Amino acid sequence: MQLTLWTYEGPPHVGAMRIATSMRDVHYVLHAPQGDTYADLLFTMIERQDKRPPVTYTTFQARDLGGSTADLVKTAVAEAYERFKPKALLVGESCTAELIQDQSGSLACGMNLPIPVIPLELPAYSKKENWGAAETFYHLVRALLADQVPPPGSDRPVRPAGQRPRANLLGPTVLGFRCRDDVMEIRRLLDLMGIDVNVIAPLGASPDDIRRLPDADFNIDLYPEVSRTTASWLQRSFGMPSTRTIPMGVGATRDFIAEVARLAGIDASDLLDAEQPGVAGFASSRSRMPWYARSVDSTYLTGKRVFIFGDATHAIAAARIAKEEMGFTVVGLGTYSREFARELRDAAKLYDIEPLISDDYLEVEQAIAAAAPELVLGTQMERHIAKRLGIACAVISIPIHVQDVPARYSPVYGFEGANVIFDTWVHPLVMGLEEHLLQMFRDDFEFHDNAAASHLPAVAPAVSREAPAASPVVEELAALPGSPVWTEEGERELKKIPFFVRGKAKRNTESFARENGLASITVETLYDAKAHFGR
Amino acid sequence: MSNLQDIPVVSTQRAGGTLPVLRERGQREVFCGLTGIVWLHRKLQDAFFLVVGSRTCAHLVQSAAGVMIFAEPRFGTAILTDRDLAGIADANDELDRICISLLQRRPEIKALFLVGSCPSEVIKLDLARAAERLNERLLPQVRVLSYSGSGIETTFTQGEDNALKAFVPIMPHTDSTQLLVVGCLPDVVEDQFRRQFEQLGIAPVNFFPGRRAEDVPSIGPNTRLLLAQPFNGETVRALVARGATVLSAPYPFGAEGTTAWLQAAATAWNVPATTFEEVTGPLIKRARSALERYRPQLAGKRLFMLPDSQLEIPLARFLNRELGMELVEVGTPYLDRQMVGEELALLPDDVVLSEGQHLERQLDRVRAARPDLTVCGLGLANPLEAEGLATKWSIELVFSPIHGYDQAADLAELFVRPLARRERLAV
Repeated sequence: MQLTLWTYEGPPHVGAMRIATSMRDVHYVLHAPQGDTYADLLFTMIERQDKRPPVTYTTFQARDLGGSTADLVKTAVAEAYERFKPKALLVGESCTAELIQDQSGSLACGMNLPIPVIPLELPAYSKKENWGAAETFYHLVRALLADQVPPPGSDRPVRPAGQRPRANLLGPTVLGFRCRDDVMEIRRLLDLMGIDVNVIAPLGASPDDIRRLPDADFNIDLYPEVSRTTASWLQRSFGMPSTRTIPMGVGATRDFIAEVARLAGIDASDLLDAEQPGVAGFASSRSRMPWYARSVDSTYLTGKRVFIFGDATHAIAAARIAKEEMGFTVVGLGTYSREFARELRDAAKLYDIEPLISDDYLEVEQAIAAAAPELVLGTQMERHIAKRLGIACAVISIPIHVQDVPARYSPVYGFEGANVIFDTWVHPLVMGLEEHLLQMFRDDFEFHDNAAASHLPAVAPAVSREAPAASPVVEELAALPGSPVWTEEGERELKKIPFFVRGKAKRNTESFARENGLASITVETLYDAKAHFGR
Repeated sequence: MSNLQDIPVVSTQRAGGTLPVLRERGQREVFCGLTGIVWLHRKLQDAFFLVVGSRTCAHLVQSAAGVMIFAEPRFGTAILTDRDLAGIADANDELDRICISLLQRRPEIKALFLVGSCPSEVIKLDLARAAERLNERLLPQVRVLSYSGSGIETTFTQGEDNALKAFVPIMPHTDSTQLLVVGCLPDVVEDQFRRQFEQLGIAPVNFFPGRRAEDVPSIGPNTRLLLAQPFNGETVRALVARGATVLSAPYPFGAEGTTAWLQAAATAWNVPATTFEEVTGPLIKRARSALERYRPQLAGKRLFMLPDSQLEIPLARFLNRELGMELVEVGTPYLDRQMVGEELALLPDDVVLSEGQHLERQLDRVRAARPDLTVCGLGLANPLEAEGLATKWSIELVFSPIHGYDQAADLAELFVRPLARRERLAV
């Protein structure tokens, strides 16, 4: 048993729902009790889908457990086929149905429907949502392409001369992170390179589209949590190569262009030569981000301590951006995606930090509190944590809230994605000029502790500053046995430090005092610590 | 009616006449009883709700809550894993370990609810025994209670019923006369009712649940029950088994419902009619004038209620009688006649009442009827809006203060808002 307050991922059948809901002409019959229908609201409320997910639930009850639950499956399959006329049917079970072992998949397969029926076995007590999505996508693709797999050792057909290279975009789903807009951005980028998009899947694809996947020259593995399994299978079975670079951030987008050009056998040097790393000014890149990062206002971003947690794909990509493109210091990097733990561990080595592989919200909260970052890049869960700890936060990964599905075009991949990221990450921090003004005018009455920076919502700072007091984690830290005591003048001096760096100054000073075995903290200790830690 | 053709129609007796009921079986689109945790934990501020279940349960509770609130939870899930199911780990030891570490982390918790789920029911994990075992270690610091919120046995609001029922065996006996109001009410509403009972001279009055799980009311043969929520049938039957008697009344929604509800208590306490009129007269007047503002916007509008919170029947009565809405169909997850007898008597004779659900057929009826307003769950609201149908989320009805005189207009406004919004928008 595992105690969970918030869970990063849903159960694996929710992953299967994401695949079914992303596609056209696919229906999913889920053997599940009525409570499981809650999952519909994830799609209709968080993502504001204007259609119900194409899911029929058997909604069996305790009184059905005597023996008729299997009949419910058959009735549900028959009614769903009759009503929705899908071109492919997924059949699976949620956690409770798994326990009663009705073999829903076999039952449905035995009904001889005139469409492909794909049974899903998604172990609910050991696996989770992203795995369920990956597995569902893989089984669907495999079932629909089974009759097209060439004999082992066959050569890939050569692209006819004059035909533009074609790529599949694999992995975007509903309830993914900004998939809708990332797909548009990558399509634009490919078009710029003279590459056509063959099929985008699962998002917007029908079973007929899936059957056309082998027509492409290569695959773009956009969201490995969902598409890596399928991309690997297509590579093994059809000899289709696949990208490994995630085009998030300017540097990674440039790397992505180079990788795609290599797979497509085309020359992208015009595009890449126009990108000038190390050069200031608007003309240095198709993205505004490099110039924004180099402009003097961004100086204040230097060395901001940032803690990053999310799915492995977005977390790893965000860490590179944080370090190379924002000039932050990465003080924490973690993921809940155990399937990609190795990739994340490798990435953590680049920043000389301990990787955090965990789906335990409390453990993540502790790690964040201990790292004392100035910015948290995380999920909806880290938004809760950062709020409690009074730290700025931006969301970079699922799980998400309704506000993370914006109406405006806001990809995070490609050149425009880099612009969006710059804005999104900088916004929660106090703006550069404003930080200087707060410093200069800190003794003026307008700049008392409760005066917020003017670009921040009026309510946010008040909430975030009272939150730490209520946080057991912070109290725990404060109440460590043997903690040095603040003298009265020490505390007075501490209060002169602007509120948004005061927490850090306090922690630094206390840890300095502890390390040096000091029982009390005076004004001198404060400045000794400041000298010791630098800024 | 044409939409009744393929469905068995059962005639049932009711006070004042007969009323056809559609009984349907098929896909239900209703939350399970675990959802009740979302409001129960706000009410019982010293309680922690620990679901013993699967990742689905954890995801459900946070999704149902996540859409509505943004707070530090006093609920969580002990997620069963393969190890528990395969018997590698002793589920009881695991549960004890989790409860103890949880309580160490949250020393302010005075009551811990172990909440059963579909998987815990299917594997027959005995949470009642687990609670007994833990109580031996933890009482009097913490009391451990257990109930089932499983979706194979409960719908949405039945979670509250089961949670309250768990208190009944530990309620002290009393022979004193008292009025006990049964059902979770927001504090502000509870305070209003307290003042009104006091003005009527009805005392002592207790509320069940209290504001803290520690405050367990007493029960006995001289306890009169006044029911604030229509979904606590099992609790009421357990209280009656402890000797209490029920004061039959409609539920306190709208001026009419509230008056009848207070009247039931007033009659039992022999409150003189003049006193009753003196106390309620000004309140009725105020509630009616507040309702008057919304009546023109709802009168004549056609309402379709999908089965969800179990509040459908009393709310349909209020919307029909006090605001003039026409009832196309009133769905309820299950029909508990003992609990809604007084309400059924107040519904119009031609109302279509449906029990249970076959979602697709019901949505066919919604589309055919094209009501002016459809009350439904969150999963259905946006898709129906996209079909051009105005909707009201039923979950808001269990999270908002809607009982009593001074909330009558707020309740009406909840139904006006989606209509008014559509009138405003020109996009």
